[in-house]
Amino acid sequence: MTVSSLLEVRDLHVWFSMPGGGELHAVQGVGFELGAGERFGLVGESGCGKTTTILAMMGLLPPNALVAGEVRFDGTDILAGGEDTVRPHRWTDLAMVFQGAMNALNPVRTVAAQIAEPMLLHKDTSASAARKRAGELLEMVGIPAASGARYPHEFSGGMRQRAAIAMALACEPKVLLADEPTTALDVMVQAQILELLVSLSDELGLALVLVTHDLPVVAQICHRAGVMYAGEVVETGTTDALFHATRHPYTRLLFAATPDLYGDEDVVSIPGTPPRLDEPIAGCPFRPRCDVVIDQCEHQRPVLLPVGGSAGHAVACHRAGGAA
Amino acid sequence: MSAIATEAALAGPVSPGRAGLIRQAITERKAAALGLGIIVFFVILALASPLIAPYSTTARSCAVFAPPSGNHWLGCDDGGIDVLSEIISGGRISLIIGFAATLIAMLIGGGVGIAAGYFGRWIDISLMRITDYLLVIPDLAFAMVIADVWGPSLSHVILVIAVLEWAATARIIRAQVMSIKQRVYIKRARSIGASHARIIGRHILPQVGPLLMANTVLTIAVAIYLETALAFLGLEDPSTTTWGTILEHAFDRAAVSAGAWWAIVPDGLVITLLIMGCFLLGQAIEDALNPRLRVAHLSSRRWALRPLAGRGPDAI
Amino acid sequence: MTPDDVLLEVADLRTRYPVRRSIADRLARRPQRWVRAVDGVSFSLRRGEMVALVGESGCGKTTAAQTILRMVEPAGGTVRVDGRDITALSQRRLRPLRRGIQMVYQDPYESLDPRFRVRQTVAEPLLVHGIGASRAEREKLVAEALERAGLAPARLYLDRYPHELSGGQRQRVAIAAALALDPMLLLADEPVSMLDVSVRAGVLALLDGLRKDGKLGVLMITHDLSTAAHFADRIAVMYLGRIVEYGPARSVIADPRHPYTKALLSVVPDRDPRKRRKPQILSGETPNPVAIPAGCRFRPRCPIAVDRCAGEDPALASAAPGGHEVACLLA
Repeated sequence: MTVSSLLEVRDLHVWFSMPGGGELHAVQGVGFELGAGERFGLVGESGCGKTTTILAMMGLLPPNALVAGEVRFDGTDILAGGEDTVRPHRWTDLAMVFQGAMNALNPVRTVAAQIAEPMLLHKDTSASAARKRAGELLEMVGIPAASGARYPHEFSGGMRQRAAIAMALACEPKVLLADEPTTALDVMVQAQILELLVSLSDELGLALVLVTHDLPVVAQICHRAGVMYAGEVVETGTTDALFHATRHPYTRLLFAATPDLYGDEDVVSIPGTPPRLDEPIAGCPFRPRCDVVIDQCEHQRPVLLPVGGSAGHAVACHRAGGAA
Repeated sequence: MSAIATEAALAGPVSPGRAGLIRQAITERKAAALGLGIIVFFVILALASPLIAPYSTTARSCAVFAPPSGNHWLGCDDGGIDVLSEIISGGRISLIIGFAATLIAMLIGGGVGIAAGYFGRWIDISLMRITDYLLVIPDLAFAMVIADVWGPSLSHVILVIAVLEWAATARIIRAQVMSIKQRVYIKRARSIGASHARIIGRHILPQVGPLLMANTVLTIAVAIYLETALAFLGLEDPSTTTWGTILEHAFDRAAVSAGAWWAIVPDGLVITLLIMGCFLLGQAIEDALNPRLRVAHLSSRRWALRPLAGRGPDAI
Repeated sequence: MTPDDVLLEVADLRTRYPVRRSIADRLARRPQRWVRAVDGVSFSLRRGEMVALVGESGCGKTTAAQTILRMVEPAGGTVRVDGRDITALSQRRLRPLRRGIQMVYQDPYESLDPRFRVRQTVAEPLLVHGIGASRAEREKLVAEALERAGLAPARLYLDRYPHELSGGQRQRVAIAAALALDPMLLLADEPVSMLDVSVRAGVLALLDGLRKDGKLGVLMITHDLSTAAHFADRIAVMYLGRIVEYGPARSVIADPRHPYTKALLSVVPDRDPRKRRKPQILSGETPNPVAIPAGCRFRPRCPIAVDRCAGEDPALASAAPGGHEVACLLA
């Protein structure tokens, strides 16, 4: 664990009030930290709260959301004063690449103009300086600056994703939150984008939070990761520990459900479905789908506790000691 | 297969079936309920008019332009005929024209829209060309010419309005069908080997139904308005009593200069009220069909912090 | 392999779409250009076999499947199903044959009519083809299909709407609707790519089981080489409208011969962080199928291309035992 983390999320909760009354507890006490140049993966299936977590960090949740917890950037809790304290950090310190951002570019404006726009809004920059900077940003993500004068439809999918990343980098953020940045892309283009993200974090010291459902992608490019289930992190640690010293049954089953190119073992599916988050969860949220349940799992919700082996490895499982 | 059997422990009972967005739209919106109430009120009034109308609409029952009184709530017109009775009876014919014209317009418009949107190609091109011509012709001018050529009669007025009003509906339905046609479940039905009739009847029609409904209600308003306009311009059989002919009559016989406002204003108000009712309901159904109008980011409200004071860790 | 075993035989299949010409093009009398989406695809599929058609988006794999189904009309070549050429049949004469060829679509959130209950969705193909004399008989067939697709007991699902089901369950309903007609060939277009990781294996195992315990042949279209490696008997790798490598799954994965297959395999990320492959990233993206390069279509991106590749368009040729074929002059 780094002594002074660049970004620290502590006990983050998000509730959504539902139109028909009631609340959905989408994020249930998520915590992680990361330092400059570090790459952290937030892995989980749809509905596990991974996207909501980073939207909460950016202060970009819809009006029916209630948030609690801390998001410390450089030691200060940017969430303390709600929208008012998040706004100064948004885009300038924390930036985000939205899921599907590559398909959300304005079709009638040139790519460079769209990259320059946030700079004009957030910084005292002249139009010409912003345009020059847009060119630099494009070069940074591997697109010739001259191509900035082209329109999004003239770009391939991979180039549009690069442009979306360039846009997020416009105000020189220290932390980049990327939501499924390669999901809609082909493997070859995915490899190119992942290579870009790695080089950006290595060269600029950018801290990267990669949100994805794709375990192998995290395994290949992240240093550490958190596996999310039903709104909470159930296991976190180095990617190496997660694969080679798996402690949580969900992590183990998730790996077993991911086919390996050269592996011979059977690919399994995890029975059942995740619990509803609009009802209180009694006991361990994974219990109904777990294959190593003990009595304790029924009554007591496990909390994330450090386990031996490697630094920072923590698991929320009653059987963390002996299981898996 | 026990794995999947657990999955089958689906939460909640089987849903009672889709009662439809329309009912939801009406129960959730006050404006829609108001609109529906107004329409229902006038329909009942029209149906029951022979029983309710206090006086005859053909025989004199009071003095010329007699002002409103206890016996004649809305006064009398130039022929000494009770205005309230005229409005109640006139609504009957106005509604028949409005509903009948709309029904025909919806049948043509829905059919043309679905055929053009679903089959595309030359069918689409030729049908849409006709639609475009109708759309660019000024309604009232065209109606006047036709009504004049065919001669004034109830059925002619209905036909004229129907012919004028189907084109807009056809356009809207066509656009909707074109988008539904691209859905994967339509492709799937085709790959199963389903016939065009089946795909249209079972998959497409139920999807455009609510939109057609919204359009129907809106078109009723337009049809009643057109009827009034045609009658006011004297292009309707003057012997029938409709809201339009009442207005025309009053103006003709100098009700304005006689200061007999009661011969004009109440009639104008009921026309306005019914048209408003149709628009309220029609708009509400359209809004309910368009989820994009509900998006949260148009709101100026923001997410909020939840104060945790007084909430133990167990509360979370 | 006897000829009887062959369920689907595709020979030199071609599909093309016209490129829309601008007014300027018309005035200048430029010739009509075509998107050659499928440009000479040949393969066969035996009863009880699963073949995976693998490639990147735009390689023509989905169009190939749509053409086999005759949802898109072929520009050339033949498709034989159970020995019968279906390319020349009229749509009307084709309709009864559709019973034997069913398709499962990628997105179960889109492929089921949201207004249909599960019962109606699964019963629809029966009604279309006039199977089942009475309502009760159809009901029985529907229940059987659902249970075959792993939705047991069927009564729990019959009255559900799609929005009440999870993604995995929806895809099983779509599969049940396909199975209701007892087809001999199932085309599955990316059947699990929209599903959560934890339920993918279940759906794939279902397809795997269906073909293993019967005469059903499965053509799976996928971009995921790992899935293909695990479940398919044979893999066909497509690039720019043509199959460039084709053979037993094991052989193609363990011993790829085409430089494109090699590159594709090298960029598949591994679950194990210690196994970092050296990704052999090809520059650029798949070229536009309007302008397919002369000679070998992969040449402009090929790391090992030589002069000869510009002049000759390689055809699939045997590269290794077991029917492993590759379309490369240098393999």
